[in-house]
Amino acid sequence: MKLSEKAEEILEAMWISVEEEGGAFYDPEKMGVSADDPACRELTANTLVEIRQGMLYFRPEGREQGRITIRRHRLAERLMMDVFNIKGEEGDNKACEFEHLLNAGVDVKLCTMLNHPETCPHGKPIPAGECCSAARHAGDRGVVPLTECRSGQEGEIAYIQTGDSTKMQKLMAMGVLPGNKIKLVQSFPSYIFRVGFSEFAIDAALAREIFVRPVS
Amino acid sequence: MNIKNREQVEMNSDTDVIQQQSPLKRVALVGNPNVGKSVLFNALTGSYVTVSNYPGTSVEVSRGRALIREQEWEVIDTPGMYTLHTITEEERVAREILLKERPDLVLHVLDARNLERMLTMTVQLIEAGLPVVLVVNIMDEAERMGLSFDLALLQQRLGIPVISAATARKRGLEEIRTAIAGVGRSCGMPVVYSRLLENDIAQLVGLLRGEYVLTRRALALLMLQGDEEVMEMVLSREGEQAEQIRQKVREIAFERRESFHLDLSMERKEVVKRLVQGVITLPLTERKTWGERLSTLAVRPMTGVPLLLMTLYFGLYKFVGDFGAGTLVDFLEGTLFEEFFNPWITGVVNGLIPWWAIQELLVGEYGVITLGLRYAVGIILPIVATFFLFFSLLEDTGYFPRLALLVDRIFKLFGLSGRAVIPMVLGFGCSTMATMVTRTLETVRERILATLLLALAIPCSAQLGVIIALLSKTPGALLVWAGMMTLLFLVVGVIAARLMPGETPMFYMELPPMRMPQLSNVLTKTYTRMQWYFLEILPLFVVASVVLWLGKITHTFEKLVAAMTPLMNALGLPGDAAVAFIFGFFRRDYGAAGLYDLQTKGLLDGRQLTVAAVTLTLFIPCVAQFLMMQKERGWKVSLAIFAFVSLLAFGTGYLLNKTLLTTGILA
Repeated sequence: MKLSEKAEEILEAMWISVEEEGGAFYDPEKMGVSADDPACRELTANTLVEIRQGMLYFRPEGREQGRITIRRHRLAERLMMDVFNIKGEEGDNKACEFEHLLNAGVDVKLCTMLNHPETCPHGKPIPAGECCSAARHAGDRGVVPLTECRSGQEGEIAYIQTGDSTKMQKLMAMGVLPGNKIKLVQSFPSYIFRVGFSEFAIDAALAREIFVRPVS
Repeated sequence: MNIKNREQVEMNSDTDVIQQQSPLKRVALVGNPNVGKSVLFNALTGSYVTVSNYPGTSVEVSRGRALIREQEWEVIDTPGMYTLHTITEEERVAREILLKERPDLVLHVLDARNLERMLTMTVQLIEAGLPVVLVVNIMDEAERMGLSFDLALLQQRLGIPVISAATARKRGLEEIRTAIAGVGRSCGMPVVYSRLLENDIAQLVGLLRGEYVLTRRALALLMLQGDEEVMEMVLSREGEQAEQIRQKVREIAFERRESFHLDLSMERKEVVKRLVQGVITLPLTERKTWGERLSTLAVRPMTGVPLLLMTLYFGLYKFVGDFGAGTLVDFLEGTLFEEFFNPWITGVVNGLIPWWAIQELLVGEYGVITLGLRYAVGIILPIVATFFLFFSLLEDTGYFPRLALLVDRIFKLFGLSGRAVIPMVLGFGCSTMATMVTRTLETVRERILATLLLALAIPCSAQLGVIIALLSKTPGALLVWAGMMTLLFLVVGVIAARLMPGETPMFYMELPPMRMPQLSNVLTKTYTRMQWYFLEILPLFVVASVVLWLGKITHTFEKLVAAMTPLMNALGLPGDAAVAFIFGFFRRDYGAAGLYDLQTKGLLDGRQLTVAAVTLTLFIPCVAQFLMMQKERGWKVSLAIFAFVSLLAFGTGYLLNKTLLTTGILA
């Protein structure tokens, strides 16, 4: 189902009002749209909502569609603010434009890349997608900092995230390179890891900057 | 100190393309830390070794001579380096040596167990056009782990001689000598990267006109990695091309700003992966060696802490403290000097020289010979010898990095990283030496903090011995003293770390495998260290003797004691205690011994003794340590520390005295 951008905006506002704020219906006038607006008609035509006395009521299909739409919006916010580092109002605006590109499949990829976030940057919950529950079920923690690994756990180095290029080079010289196998030997009082046949000790600050994909 | 080499380096610092005038051929050992370079160095050179700081740095470089197939070679042991693109000062020095001293042969030593990781540097060395021979070392331990290697295949692929060795077991030494003597080396296989990177390299190489020690290709890569030193060197050599080169580097750096370092590392990793294909055979099951088991025990807090305490107790307290500072000092100083040598030399000098002042200077109470030499040889020598022996032994087992990781979290409270544990442990041996070793810490901030803590709250082994003997006679006194020291160490450490600007240091350390130390290597290390230390310390003792002599013949000494009497009284001490403090500045333990005298005369009670011991331990380190502080940290910092420590010492003494008086503890 491909909705127009305006219809998606209405659906989102409606979902927040009904699902999160506990309303029974949504008044489209709140966002300056009348009930006979083409966007509202598009929603009824797709059997997502019903209109009674100018108010919008969810049908079960609409509730689900709203959930997915809000999920895309909040994922887009995460992407803009965390990854692209576009903050504040501009981040919000860009997220609004971007979310509409996140249809079928793309949102799953984005969600996996962001490691199934649970809240948006404003602290509101992101409704879980199928990918999230699947990952939860499989216990797949995706890419995590070395600090989150258990002692004895092995994994593959995914990337190094540090603003300090000297640190980065130091780590790379120790063999901390994407694709290399790494094993966390001990996590207290310092982190000890093994790459190849060498062991290294680092402090928590450095360990936080090494991201690994654990393998069980 | 190898003056000749210093001159050569300085002479050539501007014109490093000109071939060295030295008739000797040179071989430089390079490689990561902990791959056995020094053992190989010692095996090749024997006893003609000099250790000196590289000009303008605090990094030590060892040089020696070796006779190989009737030809004399100079062997240079470079500091550990991970890549040609230098990050640390050690790496910078190692590269300087390659660039400016132009060795005729570069021996790249690596650890067989980490062949794949360490080959990256071999690739870089070959790429740089250096005449490389690869030594795959520590083969014995790799074999014990079940690894096997096809080095003939590797040699064929690399196009340079590859030697299997276990230098600690004297394996492969003959082959290495043969390789050094061998002539007509090939320059190794060409390294080819991706089309993208090759294009970047070609663009830059096309602009270079000058003659260089390293290949233009290697220089191009270093410039692209943002190596400012290489950049400067190239630009100064290229004249009118310079601006264009700078522009090109900026352009490529911008285009590849996202991940140039990472891309290059990944490409090299790929090159190495192809090189080692079929060269290494891994064991089917992982075998655990005893060294690994011991290592596990050493790094787990539950077992590591008891192990640490045991090491300190037996190594420092029993061996260095009891045996070195006790038994050996008693014999050398008490018996040899006091009973035989000093009376004899005093007689000889007094018979030869009639002038009183000169007699005093040489053999008087503070004479250069009777006091300076006696201290240096009678007290310092045995303590330093036992301590260095213990230290080298511990170092060769690979224990220190494990100790460092155990204490890193605690040391962070003081603004130090775990690395600082090495100078701190040393401080219990000799604080002067420890102050010198603080130079191995990474940041200036860490060095200053460590210097301060060493100056304040860490008593040296000699002092520790006397104080324990002194205070154990009054119940509870030792407890008060130890409590005060720990308290001040913590409080001052935490506050200093807060006040001093700068970032928390980062901690990273390679954990070399734990292994059985080789006795000959430990002894060589101890000897080299002692020799060097002595050259640094002995002159300080002579200077201090002269100062004390001047103080005595001009009577300033007596005036100083008189001047300090009110201060002593404020601490609740008799005026005579000032003598102990003045001596304490000359030698920490001598100050404590001065208190001993006062106590025997019945001039001090338990409270006074405790106050004096606390103040004296806190108060400035001996003059040697102060001079070392000045040398390492400069006048400003050392004087500031001096003022702070003196104030805190007497302030604490004053407060402690008042507290003890009011509470009636130790009364």
